[in-house]
Amino acid sequence: MSTQNMFRLGLFALIIGALLLGPYWASRGTMRLLIEVFYFLALAQIWNLLAGYSGLISVGQQAFVGLGGYLIFSLAMFAGVPVLVGLPLAGLLTALIAWPTAFVAFRLSGPYFAIGTWVIAEVYRLVFAQIPALGGGSGISLPANIVKAMASSRSARESMTYWIALGIMLAVVLGIWALMRSRVGLSLSAMRDDDEAAISVGVETRKLKFLIYIVTAGITGLIGALIFLQKLRVTPDAAFSVNEWSVLVIFIVVIGGIGTLEGPILGIILFFVLREFLADLGSWYMVILGTVSVVIILVEPKGLWGLIQRWKPVSLFPVTRRSDG
Amino acid sequence: MTDLLTASSLDAFYGDFQALFGVNFRISEGESVALIGANGAGKSTFLKVLTGLLPVPGQSLTFDGTDLTQHPAHEIAKLGIAMSPEGRRLFPSLSVRENLLLGATVAREGPWNLQAVEDLFPILTEKANTPSTLLSGGQQQMVAIGRALMANPKILLLDEVSLGLAPVIIRDIYSALPRIRENGTSVILVEQDIGQAVAVSDRLYCLQEGRISLEGPSATLDRADISAAYFGRKKEHA
Repeated sequence: MSTQNMFRLGLFALIIGALLLGPYWASRGTMRLLIEVFYFLALAQIWNLLAGYSGLISVGQQAFVGLGGYLIFSLAMFAGVPVLVGLPLAGLLTALIAWPTAFVAFRLSGPYFAIGTWVIAEVYRLVFAQIPALGGGSGISLPANIVKAMASSRSARESMTYWIALGIMLAVVLGIWALMRSRVGLSLSAMRDDDEAAISVGVETRKLKFLIYIVTAGITGLIGALIFLQKLRVTPDAAFSVNEWSVLVIFIVVIGGIGTLEGPILGIILFFVLREFLADLGSWYMVILGTVSVVIILVEPKGLWGLIQRWKPVSLFPVTRRSDG
Repeated sequence: MTDLLTASSLDAFYGDFQALFGVNFRISEGESVALIGANGAGKSTFLKVLTGLLPVPGQSLTFDGTDLTQHPAHEIAKLGIAMSPEGRRLFPSLSVRENLLLGATVAREGPWNLQAVEDLFPILTEKANTPSTLLSGGQQQMVAIGRALMANPKILLLDEVSLGLAPVIIRDIYSALPRIRENGTSVILVEQDIGQAVAVSDRLYCLQEGRISLEGPSATLDRADISAAYFGRKKEHA
């Protein structure tokens, strides 16, 4: 094993180890912040897989965050499904709903696809606002008996949420890493680079697009389910928020560096640092966020990770395939 | 020799615009056929039809006993028709080796693999991990041909191989052709350079405004006939 690999492995082990022990050293506030970091990073990496690695630019992923949120509430409240079972089930059902949705979305391509996905998300928001059993437009809180059934105490519930969020985030990051090193990842990159040339070498790009759209929708639904399980309350505006689940997520990926695994990690750090210092500024916070992203894109379209690579070509997650590929 | 691919009275359209008119074409196993013609004569269109990128429903196009018009492009690649496209169209974010590996997506059996392609064009071994965008035009062309070979095709389509390349590079690339044909691979090549086309092909078709204007064995065709068919002029008296 090369020293570089040893270093990489050591670094990963250290960070993952420290995060795993989070509930033993972090305060309640820090844990809540970290949970948010984990699910935003997971959402960002998933959007990155869709847009950065596969070339499918969606601004409608909030459709699946919201579906996940509403599904886990429905499963727990109406079907009595335990939340730990409900989480993966909500993800699976979201993927199932994304399947027919994909047929609508893929009628369009390029910028039209992007707008189309947003419209679809709005449709879902309006539909869920019409369901009285789910509180209509004002949403619904998770009943106390279900919250209590999740864990023996509040801190136990928070630790559980923390570990699940961490687990999902790690699985997403390492999963995308493994995927991009595989033959499927190669096909995705080819499809993003040149769709027609990819078809010509035998890549079934249409099937691949459907597959990646549905799989990312399912994972996004799972993350959404977790988000609202933590918030304990879901409303149509929060669940299907384009600002929260698309704009901020895109911001994180783009300022960090789209099409890389390292980029969103840098992006999430910058995002949360900015938020901690600027959140009190109200609307100015969003103005500053927008300005920062414009400046970064002008200086380096490949984001912060691109800036670092310009200075020193390093890689935390090398994806180059071995020749025996 | 049996025909590997035949097209009879083939028409092709871009929307309402008709690009090919009643093209009759055939190629047999192991044969090398050149397609020449001026810009816009329909050469690239014909290759697009063969690879399925331009569908021609209901037309007569048979390859190796199957009706090609029934198959989408990715299936045609799997059946054994691979193309080195005009302008090379390498995948810019990928390295040379990754570009080559993508050629093997269809996983057909045959003599061509990474090792064999890199033996054919040794420079590609040296450049294996280089981004494809950083190669010279000639090297990019080698990757494009290598990528097509990785599919172990029965027919290799070469679209405008020599475009924008120095003569010495063109000679280098064409010197690989005999080794490609050694295994019985048929070659259809589209070429602007008539001399080059005649030199490396067994037979030749000349296209003019979407119609075949001349057809025959490359070795015996008269240069004046070719140029008349190419430019659409009456044959000049010498």
